[in-house]
Amino acid sequence: MAMTAQDAGGRPETAAPYAIELKGISKAFGPVQANKDIDLRVAKGSIHGIIGENGAGKSTLMSILYGFYKPDRGRILVNGEPIAIADSQTAIRAGIGMVFQHFKLVQNFTVLENIILGVEDGRLLRPSLAKARGVLKQLAHEYELNVDPDETIEELSVGHQQRVEILKALYRQADILILDEPTGVLTPAEADHLFRILEGLKAEGKTIILITHKLREIMDITDTVSVMRRGEMVASVSTAETSPEALAELMVGRKVLLNVDKTPARPGAPVLEVRDLHLIDHEGVERLRGISFDIRAGEILGIAGVSGNGQTQLLELLGGYPEKGARVSGAIRMNGEALDLTGAGSDARTRRRRGIGHVPEDRQTEGLIMDFTAWENIAFGYHDKAEYQKGWLMDNDAIRRDAKKYMEDFDCRPRNCDLAARDFSGGNQQKLVVARELERNPDLLLIGQPTRGVDIGAIEFIHKRIIELRDAGKAVLLVSVELDEILSLSDRIAVMFDGRIMGERLPDQTTTGELGLLMAGVTDTEHHAAEDGIPPEHRHVDDLPDETANGGPR
Amino acid sequence: MDKMPKWADVILTPLISLVLAMAISALVILAIGESPAAALKTMVDGALGSSYGWGFTLYYTTNFIFTGLAVAVAYHARLFNIGGEGQAMMGGLGVALVLLSVPLPHWLLALPAAMIGAALFGAAWALIPAWLQAKRGSHIVITTIMFNFIAAALLNYVLVNILRPVGSMDPASARFPESTYLPALTDIAAAIGIQWGKNTPVNITFLIAILACLLVWLLIWRTRLGYEIRALGRSEPGALYAGISPVRIIVIAMLISGGLAGLMAINNVMGESERLVLNAVEGAGFIGIAVALMGRNHPFGVFLAALLFGFLYQGGGELALWTSIPRELIVVIQALVILFTGALDNMVRMPLERMFLALRKRRAA
Repeated sequence: MAMTAQDAGGRPETAAPYAIELKGISKAFGPVQANKDIDLRVAKGSIHGIIGENGAGKSTLMSILYGFYKPDRGRILVNGEPIAIADSQTAIRAGIGMVFQHFKLVQNFTVLENIILGVEDGRLLRPSLAKARGVLKQLAHEYELNVDPDETIEELSVGHQQRVEILKALYRQADILILDEPTGVLTPAEADHLFRILEGLKAEGKTIILITHKLREIMDITDTVSVMRRGEMVASVSTAETSPEALAELMVGRKVLLNVDKTPARPGAPVLEVRDLHLIDHEGVERLRGISFDIRAGEILGIAGVSGNGQTQLLELLGGYPEKGARVSGAIRMNGEALDLTGAGSDARTRRRRGIGHVPEDRQTEGLIMDFTAWENIAFGYHDKAEYQKGWLMDNDAIRRDAKKYMEDFDCRPRNCDLAARDFSGGNQQKLVVARELERNPDLLLIGQPTRGVDIGAIEFIHKRIIELRDAGKAVLLVSVELDEILSLSDRIAVMFDGRIMGERLPDQTTTGELGLLMAGVTDTEHHAAEDGIPPEHRHVDDLPDETANGGPR
Repeated sequence: MDKMPKWADVILTPLISLVLAMAISALVILAIGESPAAALKTMVDGALGSSYGWGFTLYYTTNFIFTGLAVAVAYHARLFNIGGEGQAMMGGLGVALVLLSVPLPHWLLALPAAMIGAALFGAAWALIPAWLQAKRGSHIVITTIMFNFIAAALLNYVLVNILRPVGSMDPASARFPESTYLPALTDIAAAIGIQWGKNTPVNITFLIAILACLLVWLLIWRTRLGYEIRALGRSEPGALYAGISPVRIIVIAMLISGGLAGLMAINNVMGESERLVLNAVEGAGFIGIAVALMGRNHPFGVFLAALLFGFLYQGGGELALWTSIPRELIVVIQALVILFTGALDNMVRMPLERMFLALRKRRAA
């Protein structure tokens, strides 16, 4: 707790003032104390990680630093100078730049136009654009931040859009860069490239604050790390002197099992057989291009991939609600019997009756009705079951009974089934959905992003229940963009890219590097690697994580 | 956690809005040189001061309950049914056709028959916009507004060319057979030995309206259909995920909504004028929107709001009768009530929420 950035990382000249120093920052929203007496010191020229569960107060703290919120109490020092940050303009003038989790770019503007937006030099655009072009070229050269300045944002990949955000901050002469969950939308290769950029920025003396919930990233790139829990800063330590386990324990406040405990799978008969599935959406874009796979009883098939490569469409189609106007072809068999792909028998209700449970990717608009109470949500999708009917009316008492039991079984807190779903935390909302789907004991569980926005404690719990379902001889289709999750839960891994399955791997016979290549659309590496005799990690591809470059800029 | 207690949300907020609307109305009355206190007294005396006044107030209330419920049911499926006016007109046509073409010896037989006619015609008028919304995505607000105009034109044609008795100059149907006249509330009161509300139009439909409130409450919060309607209203992707068909729910919700609006005709056409006249609905379809808005789409709220608007209607009529305040001012007052309780809801709600938060904080400290 007492340990500060002095002891660790950063620069040797400890006499220099800190880039950022927060003293006793407090902020309350109504009865919720989002930040309690926070102290934070970030050394100049260092990469400082801030880690914590959802709702720990990380984002609030950074929003205070960027002038979105005014702290109730406390002082902010930038480069040793006390400063009152009233709005983001003040923050920018103080040299603070922010890269948000959800980019703030104008989609149909070019890169250049986005970069000068708000900092035009005069009424005429041309001189500003010309100047920006020059600066951009230099920045690209210095930091490996290559982006075509004349491309419109909508044409760029997510990774490149993020670079534009970073360029925007640098163009505004930011010396302190705050990145909020920057790798959530990136492939492993893109993430590695981002880290290389950050190392380069650090070498140039920039200070970087990285907000994340991924322990691995903290360990890989930061010099120092601060841990937040329930609005308080519980520790600030040098990264070299800590471990993922220790950090996880600090975040949650108790010991956490990081690795999932599971025995090898004992697959039985095929439960789900998918053959040559195609889906063309209402705009005529082919989202699924011939997907085929099997899942056996007692087996978890993990689907890895960057989001937006057809996983959502696959889950929705299997769950019985493909997008309106989509054209579907192929065949699905469940326990040996064909499932309807179109028509009245292809809806979600029928799928549930056939023994398919579904934890959707988006629990807030699909999995739950946020205004409904917890008990109403416990019946959601199963509200037509005979045991919930009493003549013409619904048997709300029966539903409440189940809700209470499920919430007990899945440790949903607060244990009050009359609260609206929106009054639960992200983790407990997810527990409601998982409880509802798992308690029906489905033959096949479809589960998308099971732990997105869920705190570590709940992640551990949900993972355990998924394994238990598998061990009970059920089939599980797991879709996740978190490679660690895929690797630790799956018995087999299929990687999706652009509506196709690029290859299947066994989790203990593959690496993140290899999966990352498949996720980036490099065709089956196993084949080529075997032919060329080159291990997949060393194959050269654009944006490939280059191990030798990790130490800093070339 | 809720920002403020439920009672404050449901009772205090509309009450404060109402007081604000009254205050501004008072200013307007002052500005035209009349006394607000006297005006209020006239309104209260005229609408609530006698069983006669109450009789009219409750008659209007009955109309507004039906149209308010119609808007509320549709709104739970996130459908904004602006077409209550047209659906109520068609309901009237349904009542007239049933009562004029089928000989019914007693009102006990005529009432259910006319109710079926009213509900069917109202529902049918809502069906086409519902279908267009569900299948083609044509916005229900636009289509139901257009259907109001079509209903008015259709009614005009039918009354002038078909239902008008030979030799009559009045665009109205013939009188319904006397055997179908509904018992007035006065008669019902007299039957149990109470003398109440002589010569007022309020009739047994008022009791049916209260029953309708109860049934709608059961429908929305206690049946599977209501569950599905509410689920679809909150999230269409959610409904699809749960296997609820949006097309089916949109059509059913609008049929119920149109049917409720149509049922209003039992009150005004069958109960009051006892024949079909051209402008029988008198804007009650639109008032229903305000009633549902103010009643927060809850049947009990709709009942209270309908009572308030019934009072404003009857009190306003009295105002025009006994003072030199023009009748149009009543429209201004009604508009202010709608403005404050509906559109400016947050203006009252936000400071209230802040106040309750501060109170709670102080108590916690």
